[in-house]
Formats: sequence, C-alpha cells, structure tokens
Amino acid sequence: MQRKEGRGKVTGAAQYIDDLTFPDMLHGITVRSPIARGRIRAIHFGDDIPWDEFTIVRAKDIPGKNCIALIIDDQPCLADQIVNHAEEPILLLAHPDKYLLEEARRAVQIDIEPLPAVFTMEDSLARNEIVWGRDNVFKSFLIEKGNVDNLWASADLVVEGEYETGAQEQLYIEPQGMIARASEAEGVTVWGSLQCPYYVHKALVQLFGFPKERIRVVQTETGGGFGGKEEYPSMLAAHASLLAWKSGKAVKMIYDRAEDMVATTKRHPSRTHHRTAVSRDGKILAMDIDYMIDGGAYETLSPVVLSRGTIHAAGPYSCPNVRVRSRAVATNAPPHGAFRGFGAPQSVFSLERHLDRVAEAAGLTPDELRRRNFLREGDTLAFGQIVYEKVDMQRLMGRAFEMTDYYAKRTRFENENAGSLIKKGIGFAAFLHGAGFTGSGEEYLASEAALEATPEGRVRVLAGSTEMGQGTKTIFTQIAAEALGIECDRIDIVQPDTADVPNSGPTVASRTAMIVGRLVESAGRALRETLLRSELLKPGYDSTAFLGACRLYIDRFGPLRSSVKYEHPRDLHWDDEKYQGDAYSAYAWAIYVAEVSVDMRTAEVHVDDFVAVQEVGKVINPVLAAGQIEGGVAQGIGLALYENVVWQQGRMLNGQMTNYIMPTSMDVPPIRVFFEEIPYGRGPAGAKGIGELPLDGTAPAIANAIAHATGADIRRIPVTPEVLLEMLEHVHA
Amino acid sequence: MRDLARKIRVSCRVNGRAAVLEAYPMARLLDVLREQLCLTGTKEGCGEGECGACSVEMDGALVNSCLVPVLQAEGTEILTIEGLAGKRLHPIQQAFLAYGGAQCGICTPGMILAVVNLLARHPKPTEAEIREGLAGNLCRCTGYTKIFESVLQACRESERGS
Repeated sequence: MQRKEGRGKVTGAAQYIDDLTFPDMLHGITVRSPIARGRIRAIHFGDDIPWDEFTIVRAKDIPGKNCIALIIDDQPCLADQIVNHAEEPILLLAHPDKYLLEEARRAVQIDIEPLPAVFTMEDSLARNEIVWGRDNVFKSFLIEKGNVDNLWASADLVVEGEYETGAQEQLYIEPQGMIARASEAEGVTVWGSLQCPYYVHKALVQLFGFPKERIRVVQTETGGGFGGKEEYPSMLAAHASLLAWKSGKAVKMIYDRAEDMVATTKRHPSRTHHRTAVSRDGKILAMDIDYMIDGGAYETLSPVVLSRGTIHAAGPYSCPNVRVRSRAVATNAPPHGAFRGFGAPQSVFSLERHLDRVAEAAGLTPDELRRRNFLREGDTLAFGQIVYEKVDMQRLMGRAFEMTDYYAKRTRFENENAGSLIKKGIGFAAFLHGAGFTGSGEEYLASEAALEATPEGRVRVLAGSTEMGQGTKTIFTQIAAEALGIECDRIDIVQPDTADVPNSGPTVASRTAMIVGRLVESAGRALRETLLRSELLKPGYDSTAFLGACRLYIDRFGPLRSSVKYEHPRDLHWDDEKYQGDAYSAYAWAIYVAEVSVDMRTAEVHVDDFVAVQEVGKVINPVLAAGQIEGGVAQGIGLALYENVVWQQGRMLNGQMTNYIMPTSMDVPPIRVFFEEIPYGRGPAGAKGIGELPLDGTAPAIANAIAHATGADIRRIPVTPEVLLEMLEHVHA
Repeated sequence: MRDLARKIRVSCRVNGRAAVLEAYPMARLLDVLREQLCLTGTKEGCGEGECGACSVEMDGALVNSCLVPVLQAEGTEILTIEGLAGKRLHPIQQAFLAYGGAQCGICTPGMILAVVNLLARHPKPTEAEIREGLAGNLCRCTGYTKIFESVLQACRESERGS
C-alpha cells in the first residue's frame, strides 16, 4: 500500500503548523537566558519599542504550576529567579507583526548575576558545585549477573577502554511550531508539530490547573520528529498557550532554525568505560561496564534514556558475569532528550567498538570473537531475561557478510592499503534493540485504541499515535483492513486530537506498529466478531457487504465501536526495584556492515557501501520498513562522521545548518536493506518494532571500518577529519 | 529601518498565472509566496539557503526562495509545487508516492522541484548526476535512497512511455 497521506505531501497540499493561520492571530516569541547559570536581577525593556502593543508573559502570569509536567516537576515553564542553562526561557512576547517582535526580543535586556556552572560530566561528578538535587545525579542503575570481581585476576586477558559519543541534533526539517487559542469559555486548544499529544495535554493540565476536558491538543502534519518532538513540544505549547490566555487571541509560535538548534533537546552525550575478561579460547568471561550520560540542567526524560542505554549496554552476547553501572548526571547545558535510539546508540557504539579491540587483543578476528559469544535462544540476558525468540545472530552475520563479500574485501583492503593514500576498510556491528517501553512501562501506560464504523460505510481508526513520516497512518490502515477483512481504501485514520482519540501512549520507543498496531488489530477482530455474531455479516463477505452490515448494525443497535486496552502478557515480569526481568516483550536483532575509504591527506571518511541485515518479525510494508532503516542509517552516518555540536560555556556555537553538518545526497552510500522475517506471535501480523534500531549499529560499524582502514584506535564519535588527523598521528608515531 | 522602506509592486507569473505582489523590496520571496499567494507548499527549513525546503523554479533555475528578495522576481516566471500537477499528478510526484520518496513530507515539495529541474537538464541522469542535482536539498527521513529510486523509476517509466 502507498503512503496513506502521501498525496498531500507530494502536492504541497499537506498543512503543517506554519501553513495555518487564524483570524486576528498574534505571533509569539521567547526571550531566553544568555548565560548558563545565574540569578535574575532585573529585566529591562529598551526604548523605541511600543511595549503597550505587546502581550508580555512572565512566570507570575502562569495560572497553575510553573513547570512542564513529565516525570518529575523540576523544569520550569519560565525561569523565575534562577536560570540553570543557556537559552532557558524567561519571558514571552506576542504581537501581530513578527518582524517587530524580533526587534522587541533584541530590546529586552536580562540582567543576570552569574553563578558557577558545570559543563562536563567529570565536573558534575566531582560535585564542587551542586547544580541539581543533592548530588548532581538524576538517576543511577545497577545490573548484576554472576560476579565480575572474581575473574580479573584469573582471566587470560583483560581489555579496558573508554568511549565517548557527542550530542546530536535531531534536525527534523520542519522546526518546532505551535498555535494556541485560550479563553475562559473554551479552555485551551493547541495545534502543533508533535509526537505525543497526551504528553502535551498532561503538561497543559498542570500548567493551567484546569480539568482535563478543558485542554485539547491537536497534532498537525509533522515534518519529522526523531524524538525531538517527544517532550519539547510540551514547553512550546505551554508558551503559546500562556500568550493566548493573556492576549485573548490565537498565538502562533514557530522557531527559526537557530533557536530550534540552540534551545531544544539533543541526544545525550555519553561516556562508557568497559573492562572485559576473556579466556584463551575467546569466551567473554566478564563484562564490567560503566555508562554515563549528560542529562543537562533538568531531569526531563534522562532516567528513561539511561534505562534503555543501560539495558542495551551488554549487547546480544551470552556472558555469565556482567555488571552495568550507569548514571545520568546534571550539567548546565539545555536538557538533553529523546532522540531515536534513546540511549542505546551510545552504549551500543561503546560495546561494539570495544569488542573489536578485545578481538584484536585476543588474536581473533572481530567476527570470530562475536561468533564464540553470541547469545542463543534460551540464553539469559544480563538483566535476567531469558530469550525465547528464535534468535540466530550467526545466520544474520552470514547473510550480511555474503551481501558485502566481507571476507574477500577485508583481505583485499589489507593487501591494497599499504602505500595507498586512500585506505579502505570494512567493519560491522552486532546488536539488538528492544521494542516498546522498557520494563513495566507498557503496563503503566495502559494504552488504548479503538475502531469505529460510520453510517457512511467507512471504518475509522482512533489512536493517539502520530504520523511524522514513519508511516503510522499507512501501517494502521493495513493492520485494520487485514483484521476486518476489507480493502485499505475503506479505512480512515482520525487525526490525533485529544478530544477525539484515546490515549495510545506516546509515539516513541519503536512501539507504534508493534504495541498500538496490536491494539488496532485486536479492535478490528472484535468489531468483525460483533458483526458476525449479529448475523448481519456472513462469512465470505467483501468490503461492500461488510460496510453494508455496519450500516444495518448502526441503524438497529446504535454506534458500532470497538475499543481495546493494552494488557501486559502474563508471562512477562519486570521488577522495578531490582531492575531485573523481561525488559522488552520483543527484540529486533541485526548485523550492519560498513565499507569506508579514508583519504589520508585530508582525513576525510566516505562511506562507500552499507548493508543492514535485521530480523524484525514480519514486515508489514516493505517500502516503509526499508525507508525506516535507510533513514536511520543516514542519521547514524551523521552521528558517526559529521554531526558535531560545538559547545562553549554550555551554549551550542554552531546552531546553523551551515556549520552543523548532516549527510547530504552526496554523503550517503547505497544503503542495502535485508529483512529476515520470523513472525512474532504478539505483534500485529507478526511484526516487531523497527524505528530506532538503525541508529544503534550504524556508527560502530563505521568506526570499526575506519579502524580497519587506518589502524586508528577510534574511541569517540563523531570522527571528524580533525579528530581523525590527530589519531592518525598516533598510528604513525 | 523597516518603516523607511516603501512597499513596491512586483509583477511576475506564478504557476502560469500573472501575479502582482506588494511587498518590501527585500522581503523574502518565500514569505511573499506563502503569505500573499497562500502557496504554503513551499516550506521554510532553515532560512539560510542550506536545506532547500523552500526551492522554487525561477525562470527555469532552481532557487532557494528564502534567499531571493522579492524585487528580483520582477518579470520572472515562477514555478512552485502547487503548479506542478494538472488534473493528474506529475510523473515525479507519482514516483515519489509509489517508491517511498516522501516520508514526513516537509522536504518533499522542494525535493520534487529539484528533481524536475534536474531532469530538464539531464533527462536520463546517472546516479552521480542525481546525487549532485539533489545535493542542495536536505532530507532527514529517507537517507535519500528511496528518493534516488523514485527518480530512476520515473525515468524508466517515461522511457517506456515515450
């Protein structure tokens, strides 16, 4: 099936938030902190601006609680006395003329008495300055399996290493945007570019202190999210709503690119230390992993990002003794947040780069080391989950190596590189990615979805899951059509609007197709069952008969609607206290292979070929599924090679597309995607989650290929030419 | 200063129709198209000529409309995404639909115009020519793979058709 909403997108008719205009609408703008930490002393409004024409909102104008509700209430909507990061919002302005508004923003001077700030994870842990809570630590986890400490002395080989990843900007091409309308009579309504309508809803309920039904959140066509529109839209919706509430008019707020880049969330920077004990025959005996992420100034989603990163840190390997310690620490950077992969790309990069180094130290090839340690069906993961899936990493690796001609190339490159200015390398990564919320997350979410037949003879899917390019509308249409036994063109997907659709949980965590899609499938089966039982529908029906039966049913019995709520599988258990158990109901398994060439004069790296082999259950839509992997691989190439956030005193210096570089059409190799399909019993039509997976394995495959090409001991991404040049000097020395 | 500038009238043709635009001379063509003509298919991604989401054709050349002051539009022929399809979709639009060239859709109007512009210059482009022709249009969703495929398939189908 072709993309459901595709026609509007290829003709330019699709309406994104900036394409909408309301009568008498104002524009809104944010005045932000110029420094990372300090005490607000005074706010000066400069001359030459007709301030009486402006709506001005400060913290004291907030009707309810001054915070953005998410996990804990630590992030203010508007800084009141203290600022904790650069670009923290302090003041909001609205005016009909957006050009005058920009002049007004520049005319506001905020006088802040600086306080000492913390900019690195090391300084945060040193605790010379406490910038959050009692100890600068948002969250820590400990996973223990067996006893790692018994092995260091007796092991044949112990390999250590430390690995770092930088911040990464989501860089959706549509910047954040929101329109709000608010009044005593109507309550608050926001329209916007967002992933999670019910997150925004929850934040506005608390901000205004209104009952739930007085807040309405509508998603407009969303031009990419990748996690960047998971939690931040709650902030922007809050700002637009406050201006709308005070002015009594509709207020539109659209960030320009620079504001979007410097002020909104990014992927958490990370540092991971590995210590690994290996036997003479290449068995990994113990893995001791210390994983740390920089959460920025407020907690936001850091505990859950940390959780996913922690659980993925030991990879798809069977090892009797594992310890993973992890911490999310506070700094005075803008809060880091959700970005596709959610902590896993960081810890997977560290592990897969480390294992290539372990292999080298053990005198084994990278593939042989993995082969001797791959997890198999029935093995237990570090956090106590027994894997009952038919996992076969060797088979995936075999297929990936066959598609890339891995062995022949590895040998050929090694022979040809000597004396060549362009050195070639091939590397790979092996990894898993859990789909759905971690641990007991899905149980707490208790998501809902519904199907409804209309008197006009159509079936509507009601879910809070958003379309942001990944294909929600198409996938839900296919799943519903299949479950009902009718044609796809008889299905409508209701635009997520909290006044219409149930809370299906957030559109994150590779959960939309697998978790919410399953609810859609169940609702479809129940609706079909209802019709069959009523005998208005006879087996062997076609679409026309089905919809005719719906009409008859509605005439006779009233509304025909089937609503389904998530039920956690009874055999899956997670213990939040011990942080042990079945972390995810299903995993995707993958081997990614990258081929690179490195120009030794300029230290530029080009990815020449990329093969992604994965087992993701049954593929529902091959074009969309491959599109997810290809796009994720391109983002992973950016993470590995180009996307470097330059920080100075907690501010992003390169907040422009001119100097923050994402891959262009010239930079991506042919990305060849292969699926192994083993139907997953609990997924809709046998499908597992797919969205985040490609971010995990791309960067380490590329880093391993660079190491193979050059001998450089890559420990940190992105591997920009500057970084690589320095490393190459060590190789030659 | 803004208030010293006078609005000017700019006559041009947009999507085959005569248009008279009234705007400050340095107003961005992007804003004038979107706000005065309500042609919101042209998108703003960066405002600095990097992303290409605002691409339109001006006298047959692909331009970033965020970098074009409206005074330069005098007497020109402008094509936006809204002017591409007749009763049926343009073959490139059709190919993007069929082969997954559009995901979130925000780069799509600019990308499709870049393809149309490329094919006018290279009716049978090589993969290298496609890559180069689209290098000014950023896409964060697709990794470009399905965009290349959409272009190649559209070319193949037009060969079969001709």
